[in-house]
Amino acid sequence: MTHRPDLEAIAALPRLDGPGSVVPIRHYGRWASAVLVAFLGGGYLYLLATSDNMRWDVTYDSLFHPAVMSGLWLTIQLTVASMALAIVSGAMLGFMRLSQNPVLRSVSWWVIWFLRGTPLLVQLLFWYFLASLFPFLSLTIPFGPTLFSVDTNSLINQFGAAVLGLGLNEGAYMAEIYRAGILSVDKGQTEAAQSVGMSRARLMRRIVMPQAMRFIIPPTGNATISMLKTTSVVLIIGLPDLLTSVQLIYARNFQQIPLLAVACFWYLVCTTALTIVQSRLERHYSRGSRVEGGLDLVSLLGPLLRPRRASREVRP
Amino acid sequence: MTVQPSFEAGTTLAPMVVARGVEKSFGAVRVLRGIDLDVMPGQVVCLIGPSGSGKTTFLRCINLLEKIDRGLLAVDGRHIGYRVGRDGRLCEMTEREICRQRRDIGMVFQRFNLFPHMTALENVIEGPVGVLGENRREATARARELLKRVGLEHKADSFPAELSGGQQQRVAIARALAMRPKLILFDEPTSALDPELVGEVLDVMRTLAHSGMTMVIVTHEIAFARDIADLVVFMDEGQVVESGPPAEVLANPRQERTRKFLLSVRGEDGHAR
Repeated sequence: MTHRPDLEAIAALPRLDGPGSVVPIRHYGRWASAVLVAFLGGGYLYLLATSDNMRWDVTYDSLFHPAVMSGLWLTIQLTVASMALAIVSGAMLGFMRLSQNPVLRSVSWWVIWFLRGTPLLVQLLFWYFLASLFPFLSLTIPFGPTLFSVDTNSLINQFGAAVLGLGLNEGAYMAEIYRAGILSVDKGQTEAAQSVGMSRARLMRRIVMPQAMRFIIPPTGNATISMLKTTSVVLIIGLPDLLTSVQLIYARNFQQIPLLAVACFWYLVCTTALTIVQSRLERHYSRGSRVEGGLDLVSLLGPLLRPRRASREVRP
Repeated sequence: MTVQPSFEAGTTLAPMVVARGVEKSFGAVRVLRGIDLDVMPGQVVCLIGPSGSGKTTFLRCINLLEKIDRGLLAVDGRHIGYRVGRDGRLCEMTEREICRQRRDIGMVFQRFNLFPHMTALENVIEGPVGVLGENRREATARARELLKRVGLEHKADSFPAELSGGQQQRVAIARALAMRPKLILFDEPTSALDPELVGEVLDVMRTLAHSGMTMVIVTHEIAFARDIADLVVFMDEGQVVESGPPAEVLANPRQERTRKFLLSVRGEDGHAR
């Protein structure tokens, strides 16, 4: 027969007295992994910092090299212009996909099918060599006079071709992001908006989109960061973006790694800035929602260091 | 308990809602098999019946959230969703016309469907300001009054996520009232609520019923239906089995199916009897 302590003994057991009164469990795994990471990571950084082959002086001197600066500026311009085009064209394609008009729906389907189905490089070259297909772009009334005509090459230069290629290609992916975001909003929201007599356009703008933005922004942030680096493919049509400029320099001085470090430095600066913008936007559109989150810098830096945030209580 | 609604001077005696032989199918499933129903102005009608009997679908048809296949469904003397063309055939309404019709018909949903990114007050004024084009200041003042009427003037600046289910549903009722509707439809307004929160919503609805509002309510609250309904409609398998004053349909049902349903509901719901 097992021994059962009497009531007095149970009542005499030590009691909890707030958070400080308990010996917490030891996380030996965390300590072990921290030591391992410090050893391996620290060793690698030490090697990098002290290696004679890693010419940090070259990296440092090239950081603000005029060619690097102009390459960086071009990369930023390309990213901003292409993403602007992607966001606009993606919104158009996305809304067309969800339209009640079957013509718009199928046009959108085919355009997305083509833009996602062919390589980006091909699309870039297509826009670049458009002049060989249509030397002049003109606005003509069918069977009537030509209103104006313009030399294709003067309208679409290298930069224009790059923006069209990158932007429209990304727009096809953005269209799906918009569509998923809109479909993720509860159908009851649409019904409630209809029941107060809102038109489709108004309920989209006032009710559905503000809620869909919470689902649209994170993948759009991803797409923008991805675009920042994808812009380096414009090398193919002869535009010196950040990475190309760096490559041109190390082709002359053979300091590949130090100069690639320069490129990485600037890419990281840009993505960090984008991440901050993204978390600001996410906070803006999380109005009225209890669970806030997203990829903010603090959670990036120390997911293990901080205790898990308790979700805010609902006020009754 | 008021059985007879007050017909004030000026209100016509034409029914607010007229349904004749309303049929509706989802694919091969016949959800409504010929519904006949009249709702007079100021009348409170409770639709009861087992789940799957078509009560909610019928309610949604009145607001054109679903389209009917056959029959006649008119609100305030006009087809809902259609107008009569010059040759006498029915023509589909444009989106504009549909929106106009829906303005006059309020709806309260089972899951509240408040706009989560707006405060309670913003939820209430969104329709009057955005759809009716009312002045924002006046609409806000009226919205505060409506929130007061549902007992939530102190929650005007709270977001839906900060409100309990019962409070959310009361805001939803205020939102419907803000459009000054001729008719309010309630789709199981207390089914998603914790038991202790049901009472506060029913109280608001009771006050509303006494104020002469025309209401069509899909509900499982038999005791409530007995209290406030002028007309109780028992539906089963897409048809109206029995309808009449609560004293008849709930106390002395003529149909066997009604009796069975009431027994099954009372079995789990002691206070209903």
